Amino acid sequence: MWAQLEPLLDRVQKPARYIGCEDGMQIPEHHAGAVSWLLTYPDTYEIGLPNQGLQILYEILNERPDAAAERAYAPWTDLEAELRAVGLPLFSVDTHRPAPGFDIIAFNMSSELVYTNLLNCIDLAQVPVRSEDRSSEHPLIGAGGHCAYNPEPLGDFVDFYVLGDGEEAVSEINVVVNTWKQAGKPDRESVLRELSKVEGVYVPAMYVPEYDGKRLTSITPKYSDVPDTVEKRTVADLAEWPYPRNQLVPLTEVVHDRLSVEVFRGCTRGCRFCQAGMITRPVRERPAEQVRSMIQEGVRRTGYDEVALTSLSTADFSDIATVVGDTMDDETAGMGNVSVSLPSLRVDAFTVGIAADLQRGRRSGLTFAPEAGTWRMRQVINKLIREEDLYNAVESAFSQGWRRMKLYFLIGLPTETDEDTLGIAELARNCVAIGRKYTGSASVTVSVGGFTPKPFTPFQWFGQNTEVELNRKIHLLRDDVRKSKGVEMKWHDPKATIVEGINSRGDRRIGRVIQHVWEAGGKFQEWSEHFDYEKWIDAMEANGLDLEWYTYRHREENEVFPWDHLSAGLHKDFLWQDWRDSLAEVGLEDCRWTPCYDCGACTGYGIEHVVASAVPPAGGSQGTGQDLASGHEIPVTLLTRPQKSGVSA
Amino acid sequence: MSGAAANPNSGVALKARLRYSKLGKVRFTSHRDMARIWERTLRRAGLPVAYSQGYSPRAKLAFGLALPTTFESRAEYVDFNFSTDDVDVTGFAELLTPLLPVGVTAIDAVVLRGDAVSLQQAVTSTTWLLQVEAAPEAVLSWIERVVEAPAIELTRERKGKETTDDVRPAIHALRLSEPEECSDADDSLISITAELATQPRALRPNELLSVLAPEFTFRRGRRLHQWIASDGAQLDPLSAGATQTPRAELCAS
Repeated sequence: MWAQLEPLLDRVQKPARYIGCEDGMQIPEHHAGAVSWLLTYPDTYEIGLPNQGLQILYEILNERPDAAAERAYAPWTDLEAELRAVGLPLFSVDTHRPAPGFDIIAFNMSSELVYTNLLNCIDLAQVPVRSEDRSSEHPLIGAGGHCAYNPEPLGDFVDFYVLGDGEEAVSEINVVVNTWKQAGKPDRESVLRELSKVEGVYVPAMYVPEYDGKRLTSITPKYSDVPDTVEKRTVADLAEWPYPRNQLVPLTEVVHDRLSVEVFRGCTRGCRFCQAGMITRPVRERPAEQVRSMIQEGVRRTGYDEVALTSLSTADFSDIATVVGDTMDDETAGMGNVSVSLPSLRVDAFTVGIAADLQRGRRSGLTFAPEAGTWRMRQVINKLIREEDLYNAVESAFSQGWRRMKLYFLIGLPTETDEDTLGIAELARNCVAIGRKYTGSASVTVSVGGFTPKPFTPFQWFGQNTEVELNRKIHLLRDDVRKSKGVEMKWHDPKATIVEGINSRGDRRIGRVIQHVWEAGGKFQEWSEHFDYEKWIDAMEANGLDLEWYTYRHREENEVFPWDHLSAGLHKDFLWQDWRDSLAEVGLEDCRWTPCYDCGACTGYGIEHVVASAVPPAGGSQGTGQDLASGHEIPVTLLTRPQKSGVSA
Repeated sequence: MSGAAANPNSGVALKARLRYSKLGKVRFTSHRDMARIWERTLRRAGLPVAYSQGYSPRAKLAFGLALPTTFESRAEYVDFNFSTDDVDVTGFAELLTPLLPVGVTAIDAVVLRGDAVSLQQAVTSTTWLLQVEAAPEAVLSWIERVVEAPAIELTRERKGKETTDDVRPAIHALRLSEPEECSDADDSLISITAELATQPRALRPNELLSVLAPEFTFRRGRRLHQWIASDGAQLDPLSAGATQTPRAELCAS
């Protein structure tokens, strides 16, 4: 549909985001024997293009002769209006193929605030938004990403979800859908039922939620051959999946315009607020040799001069120092001016040392995430950074030429007192004081976000702070920070935190709220200029749902959660125990380097942590409470990589 | 080329100027997008691009006058600075085109004289192909009115200040396009060729199309040439800046 689209692009903002043409773009061959996938990011191109998950699946599917995958992103409101005015649908950016012609439209869902955009994209694809209203001629609507761990709020709109790593699951789904396609797409229910038998796939329509008043009492399968519990998928060995092989290089500016190399997946730091760290266990490192070759080949192919080594905490990568050193010293073609960035810095001086080694450019700002202002609070959330760790890190940074620090904190955490909140200002002031020893222009920006409890974390039982309470804490902190020279404060809108909370732990009834907000015009809710809290409150009321009950209420131990029929491998009693430990201010060590406490993630799937070293990386206390300033041998047994070559210990 | 010590060009051993075209879907990329695309392309080609000094080294590239987003071009230019003179400029078209996005084609390149003036300063006029939707008579009569007007007052805003100038002197030529100028363009539209001055103040295509109440709608634009006036002749930027003046495309205006 390029010919019809092209004249519209003359009239919209940033038209380059709709043309495709990226280096790495594929032009797949669509044919009767192949399942066509439209991999869709329900936010703008600038945000969606760098998404690695989507790019990985794009390549894996296009390597199959029986699949053809293209990409789509949510058009901005100006183009959407143009499309709707002339009756054109959502389209792929690769070959500008209309969305309704695809067999599957699959969405990456990574934030609760994009839920209304999912509905909008389905509608723009000219597909009925509710699953029950679709027939065989409509594409199947799939979804994956971290939000899949509570699929219920979108359960009325999504035909199938994939829990966990998608590398293997997409191929299995492709086979099921192709069988159905070759049979002439008989009834839609039959393919959904078959999909529900694929490991890691959850088909909401195959499960019936029961309620007793407000309370959810059960979610059970409709048929005996549909599994009671859906287990997440976990790729055992990242070495087998060196994707993306041809990272897309956009022609226009995107949020992360650089080469990304994923160095490991999973995290066992055990921060209790962090859903990503819980649901992606165990830790699986990529062999250092493969990381090096992915950097080298990627830089040569893309022409990027920046590489991001991605993971949930890259300084924890066993071979971080050698990989970084090798990359910086590599003088082969194209590697001359490459800088390496670590998007997730650990808070300690060792990490700053690495950052100093690899930041060739100007040392303007560094970002750390202590998350809480007092040691007590950090024990509650199990982010076991001692004040010395932070101050050493900050001292190290200022002394090596950095002039600005950005510190991330959460407020609205369990057991939080005003002393904890004000502790944030105290930490920031002390950091400025350290900085002023080195430069008169030392400054610290405190960035404060409201905490939203997430499924499959120890805090899933916690009643979220109210909007009023979050606002009170923000003002308390702001008033205190105002008096402090060199400290600046930014904060996230508490209203957005509450809406995240509605969707984060909501049940299937919340679907009506999401649909209501979307029908009232609520789109791009993660964009502050479009976010509309009143629409959400109105929609809750219109549907007779209680905001207090869904967000602010503490849950009981044996309460049935909307995600209890799903599994991220974690035992519910482990999470409950961790919640009790949290309230008792008891920390929990990182199980990569300490004995197993049986959270369930490894044992349940018969897989193990894949790490290259028995020695935790040097620096800070590493959550062990011990001084590990120079690295420290901890007596644990390391398990070998599951198969084939690669690192073993 | 020895002794690259001259101050503004420190670390630069060789300068080259390249002409490229930008046609098709890539017309929706911006001038800034193209700058990033060129930086990556030169790194991929392994060319010894000179970098600026300081904390954030930037590749030393210099672009000409910005092409409006959505316009195509047959005549874009970029100046490269290299840190060594071990560079085969004649092979650029073949080397770079496969590394560029589809629709961007490197056409020709020359080694630049050390004293060549930057594109931004040197270019004096630009020839545009402007396609409009209209009745042919309406276009012809508008062209006639513009060409015959002794003066054309245009009020424009710059830096928050409104100024009114006579822009007629900036219109060097205005006529219906020759077939060879628009052979591959949309033939349902009427094509106008306009040569507009870029100095002292550029007259932009959209500004031209707003004077004397034209009765048509602008649809597509394409840059056909950039010119450097020199002693009464017009040279294209490659000829004007080359170390020797090879097969200079002289063009009486």
